[in-house]
Amino acid sequence: MATTAQSKSPLTLADLKGKVDPDWCPGCGDFGVLSAIQKALVELQIPNHNVVAISGIGCSSNLPGFINTYGMHTLHGRALAVATGLKLANHELTVMVTGGDGDGFGIGGNHFIHTMRRNVDLLYIVMDNQIYGLTTGQTSPTSRIGMKTKSMPFGNVEAPINPISLALAAGATFVGRGYSGEQKHLTELIKRGIEHKGFSFLDVFSPCVTYNHDNTYQWYRPRVKKLEDDPSYDPSIWMAAMEKSLLWGEEIPIGRFFERTDVPSLHAAEPVLNDGPLVHSDPRVPPEVARGFIEELM
Amino acid sequence: MKQTFAIGIGGAAGQGVATPGDIFAKIFSRRGLHLNAYNAYQSIIRGGHTLLTIRASAEKVTNMGDRIDLLIPLNQDTMDRHLKLLTSGAACLYNADTIKPGPAAEGVQLCPLPVSELADITRNKVAQNTIAIGAGLHMMGIGFQALEDVLREQFKKKGEAVVAENVSVARAGYDYAAAHFKAYPNPLPRTENRYAILSGNIAMAMGGAAAGVKFYCAYPMSPATGVLHWMAAHARKAGIMVRQVEDEIGVVNMAIGAAQAGVRSMCATSGGGFALMSEGLGMSAMMETPVVVINCQRAGPSTGVPTKTEQGDLWQMLGAAFGDYPRAIAAPLDIADCFKLIPEMHNLADRFQCPGLVLCDLLLSEGRLSVHPKDLDFNPPIDRGELITTQNGSSSEVPANGSYKRYKFTQSGVSPRAVPGVPGHIHTVATDEHMEDGVLISDEFTNPIKRREMMEKRMRKVGGIEAAVPPPVLSGPRGADVTLIGWGSTKGVIEEACEILTEQGISANQLQIRWLVPLHGDAILEILKDSRHTIIVENNYSGQFARYLRSETSFVPNGHIRKYDGEPFMPHHIVEAVKDQLSGKTKLSIPVHEITV
Repeated sequence: MATTAQSKSPLTLADLKGKVDPDWCPGCGDFGVLSAIQKALVELQIPNHNVVAISGIGCSSNLPGFINTYGMHTLHGRALAVATGLKLANHELTVMVTGGDGDGFGIGGNHFIHTMRRNVDLLYIVMDNQIYGLTTGQTSPTSRIGMKTKSMPFGNVEAPINPISLALAAGATFVGRGYSGEQKHLTELIKRGIEHKGFSFLDVFSPCVTYNHDNTYQWYRPRVKKLEDDPSYDPSIWMAAMEKSLLWGEEIPIGRFFERTDVPSLHAAEPVLNDGPLVHSDPRVPPEVARGFIEELM
Repeated sequence: MKQTFAIGIGGAAGQGVATPGDIFAKIFSRRGLHLNAYNAYQSIIRGGHTLLTIRASAEKVTNMGDRIDLLIPLNQDTMDRHLKLLTSGAACLYNADTIKPGPAAEGVQLCPLPVSELADITRNKVAQNTIAIGAGLHMMGIGFQALEDVLREQFKKKGEAVVAENVSVARAGYDYAAAHFKAYPNPLPRTENRYAILSGNIAMAMGGAAAGVKFYCAYPMSPATGVLHWMAAHARKAGIMVRQVEDEIGVVNMAIGAAQAGVRSMCATSGGGFALMSEGLGMSAMMETPVVVINCQRAGPSTGVPTKTEQGDLWQMLGAAFGDYPRAIAAPLDIADCFKLIPEMHNLADRFQCPGLVLCDLLLSEGRLSVHPKDLDFNPPIDRGELITTQNGSSSEVPANGSYKRYKFTQSGVSPRAVPGVPGHIHTVATDEHMEDGVLISDEFTNPIKRREMMEKRMRKVGGIEAAVPPPVLSGPRGADVTLIGWGSTKGVIEEACEILTEQGISANQLQIRWLVPLHGDAILEILKDSRHTIIVENNYSGQFARYLRSETSFVPNGHIRKYDGEPFMPHHIVEAVKDQLSGKTKLSIPVHEITV
């Protein structure tokens, strides 16, 4: 989309429109997340050829096809691993990973934890609908106890994970929660997450109107309370964030739970990247270095 | 028959088998000798039993050989296990204070060393090793200075007192041997050549650096871990990003992510880790993002025998990932080839935008070989294929809005690949089937015509890969009595078996397969049609290569030699099996490995 000439003119929402329209069910929460991402990129004016949207598999993981940035629609659960490799090979790119709760917390749980402790500089948005949608409605790692699905028709007996507490415990340096029904708030969170130099995690409530009849817009609307509305809340205090992360029920906090800026991101911590992105580096080992490698063996 | 000299040093893990091995290797290498080293060991950090075999010669030594000329048992267990294998002309050096010899064959020289008389063993715990090295060196006809130089380097950091102590202990062993033991009739030769000594793992890692690999990641797994160790230690000098990842699924996905950004990317593992990577290989093929994956085979199935060698992963490699997709698979023929193959594989993977798979094994990965420095070429051809980066992309004309098609239909099946960051080439790559512009066909747009076109586009690359890779060649005389067919790491041992057979009046030739995919079946059939008796030699139970060759060409050999006890072939295993088969005794030989470790 962006030619050399166009990249000098301001980025608009039209520039970010994908080649095809989203094929999500009408009313799906993911529409709101896509549109908040597009708005955030326009507000930050990041040239779209420098943005890569990377996803796994699932309804929400179809997002890279619906936005006009570079994209990778990878394997189920593996988007964070792919994104880590891509970011380390070219750390000048803005990397956004998007996916669902099954993709990120189920099959991809291992990569989720390790990408957080590595503090890879990317924004990870989980469109959390507490259900498996693309496989037509099974229990997910965030489904509540008692929820009836096709895979647990008599009700889920397994405790759900708490993505916010997990992210805090694993060392994520930016942890937030959004709600697809709160566009402005979500757009701000995404902007801050992109600007954060390190791993940013956003768990976003994105209701599934087809398979989840428990966690609906009607269910969320009275419950979500913005942390930003409480002037006394300080997101630099990890213990306070952990305490807030445990709130669930009549009141569910959304917003920026935690952010710390004193930890270098993975690419900043690696001296091998001091001279710039690997993708621009000379593939040849300098002759004197190569000679040294061989002499070690003689 | 070529003149070689083999030393066997055995003991418990943690007893210091490696140090005398390194010292002998250094001394041999500085005399300009070729050497081959193989360490038979167990999956244990302390204890157990290990036997390091170092075989040296003025000529190339391609395998561990059939005999041990000098055995140095560091404990009773080693003596009990291996003395009986020594034959006339061999010698055994041992600590007479702690080790008792058993019955030995006629002509074997038993050389007891009175270690406590020669050194203060309360201060120097490894005195027996140093004394034995000194004594052995005298018997090989090598001047003491060679050992003194190496000991000086070895202990320099620990100060002059430690150097002097070790030199004097070694000298005591050297002098004791001069007074009491018979030297070998032929002193070890000397040449003006100088070789590098390296393992296959180091060779593959350096081959990666030479190929321009900028991203390497791995999860530790024997016997592939050596690649990670070299990469990690040399990453900063070579400008390579090296990561240790949470599991092999993460490894292959991270490697592909880096490749998608435009750098050369590689990872190595063993069979278990490779199994976890399978789905990722399909992704590389579907997205058309090149990646090079090395599988260092060990004895399977499952955890198997982690420290033992096998060629048992061929079918896993052939069947890795579901669906049909283009890829290349090659097995390096020796340790020097481990280096050479890696840049070749990256060129293929880049040109054809598909996975390039290297099927190595423990024998090469952890074995060590002398390689001439000129065979470690850090300037191999680098062909990145049709790649559009910000450097070359911005200078060329930026395509009009939306006209760039990542998966453009071409005659070769290869479509120019733009990497993220290049203006005007925005697209999404996907594991779902897609159209030329990258848009998925698999959800609501499923279209059998387009699916077929895209399958055919990708599979057209198979023809290109085949044309880019040479067919195998026969070595040795045409029309020989027997043709031995092997693949990968068995090259050296089969070569030596052929030499021995020829000396014994049975002419033999060899067809060694390096490229498994593409196989060049027609060329193989053309070669084999003149063969009088064909035998396939491989390190596995079911004849995986024999079955593969049959499935691709309908070729059925006259016989098979297989081994699946975890240890590599020795030349006499093959020689004896060939004789059995030519005399009609059997069509399937499974040689017994006489050395138990």
